[in-house]
Amino acid sequence: MSTLLIKDLKVVAGEEPILNGVNLEIKAGEVHALMGPNGTGKSTLSETIMGNPLYQIVEGQIFLDGQDITTMSVDERARAGMFLAMQYPTEVVGISNADFIHAALNARNGNQPVAILPFLNELKQQMDFLEIDEDYADRGLNADFSGGEKKRNEILQMMMLKPSFAILDEIDSGLDIDALQIVAKGINAMRSDEFSCLMVTHYQRLLNYVVPDVVHIMMGGKIVKTGGPELAQELEKTGYADLSGAVEGSDND
Amino acid sequence: MESENPQFEKDQLRDERGAMDPVAPVFSTGVGIDAETIKQISQAKNEPAWMLEIRLAAYQTYLDLPMPKFGPDLNGIDLDQIKYFQRATDHIARDWEDVPNDIKATFERIGVPEAERKYLAGSAAQYESEAIYSNLKKDLESQGIIFMDTDSALQKHPDLVRQYFGTLVPADDNKFAALNTAVWSGGTFLYVPKNVHADIPIQSYFRINAGRTGQFERTLIIVEKGGSVNYVEGCTAPNYSEDSLHAAVVEVFVKKDGYCRYTTIQNWSTNVYSLETKRAQAGTNATMEWIDGNLGSKVTMKYPSIYLVGQGATGSMLSIAAAGANMHQDTGAKMIHMAPHTHSTIVSKAICHNGGRADYRGLIKYTKAATKAKSHVECDTILMDPDSASDTFPVNDIETSDGTIEHEAHVSKIAEDQLYYMQSRGLDEATASQLIVMGFLEPFTKQLPMEYAVELDRLIKFQMEDSIG
Ligand SMILES: Nc1ncnc2c1ncn2[C@@H]1O[C@H](COP(=O)(O)OP(=O)(O)OP(=O)(O)O)[C@@H](O)[C@H]1O
Ligand SMILES: [Mg+2]
Repeated sequence: MSTLLIKDLKVVAGEEPILNGVNLEIKAGEVHALMGPNGTGKSTLSETIMGNPLYQIVEGQIFLDGQDITTMSVDERARAGMFLAMQYPTEVVGISNADFIHAALNARNGNQPVAILPFLNELKQQMDFLEIDEDYADRGLNADFSGGEKKRNEILQMMMLKPSFAILDEIDSGLDIDALQIVAKGINAMRSDEFSCLMVTHYQRLLNYVVPDVVHIMMGGKIVKTGGPELAQELEKTGYADLSGAVEGSDND
Repeated sequence: MESENPQFEKDQLRDERGAMDPVAPVFSTGVGIDAETIKQISQAKNEPAWMLEIRLAAYQTYLDLPMPKFGPDLNGIDLDQIKYFQRATDHIARDWEDVPNDIKATFERIGVPEAERKYLAGSAAQYESEAIYSNLKKDLESQGIIFMDTDSALQKHPDLVRQYFGTLVPADDNKFAALNTAVWSGGTFLYVPKNVHADIPIQSYFRINAGRTGQFERTLIIVEKGGSVNYVEGCTAPNYSEDSLHAAVVEVFVKKDGYCRYTTIQNWSTNVYSLETKRAQAGTNATMEWIDGNLGSKVTMKYPSIYLVGQGATGSMLSIAAAGANMHQDTGAKMIHMAPHTHSTIVSKAICHNGGRADYRGLIKYTKAATKAKSHVECDTILMDPDSASDTFPVNDIETSDGTIEHEAHVSKIAEDQLYYMQSRGLDEATASQLIVMGFLEPFTKQLPMEYAVELDRLIKFQMEDSIG
């Protein structure tokens, strides 16, 4: 089980304030969607939860299962069960996808090597499930993958690493219709009482396949509205314009 | 054993290169060098008179030539304190069972006999000045391939040795080539007859055991028309408080349509100065490839060259250098195009960490005869910390007007976004850095036989363990 609790989080990048007091609670087993206009801080929140050193917390705390993780390093957070599918996954040439995933599993296994044959079997199984061609196991990590292929590879990593809490930052961007369904199938396969998830997205499309328990709307570095799946559907019709009042209203400085 | 400081004893214990064996040489010329030393060496080997003459003339050249005027600091070498000739055993074994126990145990730890059983067509081992073991698979022998140490070749095939010895690397090429010619001992002699293919690797392994040792192997490879060979050499020494000197000369002749791949994994301890002269000549449509991995040593100076003398000849150099604390790798390549339509490629990769230094020094030369020549040079370096350093010194000397040269050089740090991405999957910073470095070296490692690639990964991880995390 994994519960994420964020209290009054304020974050800057360099001098620039980006998050202005985010409060959020995601209980074990829940899937939350996070929506909001471009540049409003969704990726910043995602990266800050993961511990990206580009972002500095100036106030507030992040708890995973009651433990304050704000001072933990990125890899410690990952080993504590956290996963971030990045909006722009990085390419690393010369390391095969399979070797990388195996190394990550070893790291999460207290640096005890995970047996290679069962690993390869499972990798093959999950790649079949996500309809990823088997060559992609031996290709360089994300190297020369198309945008959509990278996203699918993020889901493959998630399924192999089995985090208890995952953040998926625009996992649906750049996916064709079939790929979107495959990625959704992957996320749904993860859903259980042991798994919670924050999904950043711009479109209802993904939420048709992965129905969230809770939907949040972020604007101006804050969560301005929270509701059920119907909130995303409304948004599809009305856009963010109606909510700009809420930003002013909730701005208390 | 002489008194050593405790730090060195500790270093020896934790050094995967292994400790020094308590082996006393059966014969040694002792410390220092003069004409008498050279006569003793030649006499101990029962050499023909012409070789002694070559040696003595080269010794004079050695005395006359200055130290190299470029590159790393060589002031630490005390040439009067080196033992120039040490014979470890009284004969060359054909069976590992005949090798003295201490020496055999050392080679077993390095994995030499095992490699031979598993995947080599031939294997030889040199310990200090001379070969202690040599063996070639019967079917290769029956095809006329000759593989033995150069001392034995001088006894058994004196005409072949005389025909080629010193013709590519004359004694006066540089001070250390002259020294090698004067006191050479051991090294590999490999002869591949016309149209014979020896594509399974043949390996020689060089070990320095004692401190203050001079190792001066002399290697001669001849690939006749249409023949091919895949030769691999490795080298190590235990950590020792006193510096040793390794000054090899290698000459490779690849005739028309021939092919030679010469792979080196150099893992000397950081008390060894390795100053080598390696040169190859490629005939019409012949291919010569140097694959050169420099992982160890205090100072390495090595710029293997290829003389592309036949039309359509191809030369390539793929090298890596890893320089850690107290190490200076000064390496590179020279491609001398002397015939039309000759092609060359140089890819040089370096990792500097813990204050280490790796420089690239290279030459591309097109003589007037080298019409339509092509060359591509690529140097990539990763600097792991601000104390480490790297420089490139490329020289082009072009006498034609229709050739092309491409040159690229990049120096970078480990990319933060790659580190972050990998850490976000649970890898700690040190492991992530190592993986990134392995990925950077992959164009090199993928050219190695699988077993060597695994070994190289292991050695680099070992070398870097102190520097990151
Ligand atoms: N490292 C950084 N340094 C400076 N400013 C940054 C940095 N990262 C993000 N920002 C700024 O912070 C704001 C929020 O960016 P963020 O990427 O979090 O938005 P987003 O909500 O994910 O947008 P999108 O929907 O376009 O992905 C933007 O104005 C962006 O320019
Ligand atoms: Mg974003």
